[in-house]
Amino acid sequence: MESFVHVVILSMLVTTAIAIVRVKDLFAVTMLAGIYGLLSASFFVLMDAHDVAFTEAAVGAGISTLLVLTTLSMTGRFEKASVKPQTDYRPVLALVLVTVTGALLIYGTQDMPGFGTADAPVQTHVVPRYLNDSATEIGIPNVVASILASYRGYDTFGEVVVIFTAGIGVLAMIMSNTTKMPVVQTALMSDHVVLRIVSKMLIPLIMMFALYVQFHGEYGPGGGFQAGVIFASAFILYAMLFGLTAARKVVNNTLVQLLSALGVLLYGSVGVVAMINGGNFLDYNFLSDDPVAGQMLGILLVELGVGITVASVMIIIFFTFTARSQKEGEGD
Amino acid sequence: MEFLGLFNYWVVIVLMMIGFYIVICSNNLIKKLIGLTIFQTSVFIMYISMGKITGGTAPVLADGITLYSNPLTHVLILTAIVVGIATTALGLAIVVRIHESYGTVEEDEIHAKDKQA
Repeated sequence: MESFVHVVILSMLVTTAIAIVRVKDLFAVTMLAGIYGLLSASFFVLMDAHDVAFTEAAVGAGISTLLVLTTLSMTGRFEKASVKPQTDYRPVLALVLVTVTGALLIYGTQDMPGFGTADAPVQTHVVPRYLNDSATEIGIPNVVASILASYRGYDTFGEVVVIFTAGIGVLAMIMSNTTKMPVVQTALMSDHVVLRIVSKMLIPLIMMFALYVQFHGEYGPGGGFQAGVIFASAFILYAMLFGLTAARKVVNNTLVQLLSALGVLLYGSVGVVAMINGGNFLDYNFLSDDPVAGQMLGILLVELGVGITVASVMIIIFFTFTARSQKEGEGD
Repeated sequence: MEFLGLFNYWVVIVLMMIGFYIVICSNNLIKKLIGLTIFQTSVFIMYISMGKITGGTAPVLADGITLYSNPLTHVLILTAIVVGIATTALGLAIVVRIHESYGTVEEDEIHAKDKQA
């Protein structure tokens, strides 16, 4: 039964992807991409990857769809048909290229271990150590959280810096000078009374859920990355329904920009404190007299840093895009 | 689940090639970015499929459970998803700027304008 669901979801993924190729209406393409994200999230649940499914559902089906839609509102909804279809050999050449590449890759999969085998190389290298020793070394049940924040803390630090950098990049690229345009912006959906009331009730719950995901991440699926995205989606929902001006009264630009840097700083400081106490960078054993308590403290702080940075970068990205699209709307 | 064999990986390759095809063939920059997202997600599916063990469960330690799926691939993909959206946002920001400078997001029109200049 499980494998049946599994095959169905994978076939639906392929169908959605083919539909994305064929459809010319970019609005429909964006919606299909959202469906694609949600389907892959369901697939991840089936594969026991609940942490990943969480993130993919919030990011793939939620935030990325919104960002593409905001971009479409600036660039136009329809993809133009090719100007000279008679002489355009590109599709044929591309089809040949992807078929050959795909065939070679499928030939390559013949050497892969079968799906679900417990003695595949990927399962036997470092993973048994994580699974067997993390309970005594780190002392938290969610192995994903202990690898993310402790065993592979350097890696995660790098990822957080990348996210922070992308936030700066978006700001550098399309930040509008807000002081020059004192627009009293009316919300896009101000006439949808039901939506406004229902989401006003939902927003506190979304934020509370984000905090639960943040601080319960050591014991169940969750952690800073997921919580950050969910927390940001509460603000994004508010901005969509009540307008950017109202949302900026709650969190102004300077505050989110400071917070996005603060998260990275918190993460780095934990590493430096570990160094001052005589350990290596990000070695949480040295944060406290008891190594396990030190690990718990380190993971809590590091996940908090991740959550703060991810949430504020997502808010920055959405606010910047929306502000840009409104400015552009005025220019026309 | 034995009969599935390598089915997952074949689906991954098909999805990857569809994404690749969109990136090569689409004239519209936004659609190219969506193609990249499909490509990216196919890699996520490959990692998560590799980590699954038949009969295993989610890697949250609990009494009485001995077989867990691979937590390492989950960690790698979890962070990759969030980094992916951040870089996609950066790509979209570049598209917005291109649209402001050229008035279009169609690749051939951008090339035509470049040749005129």
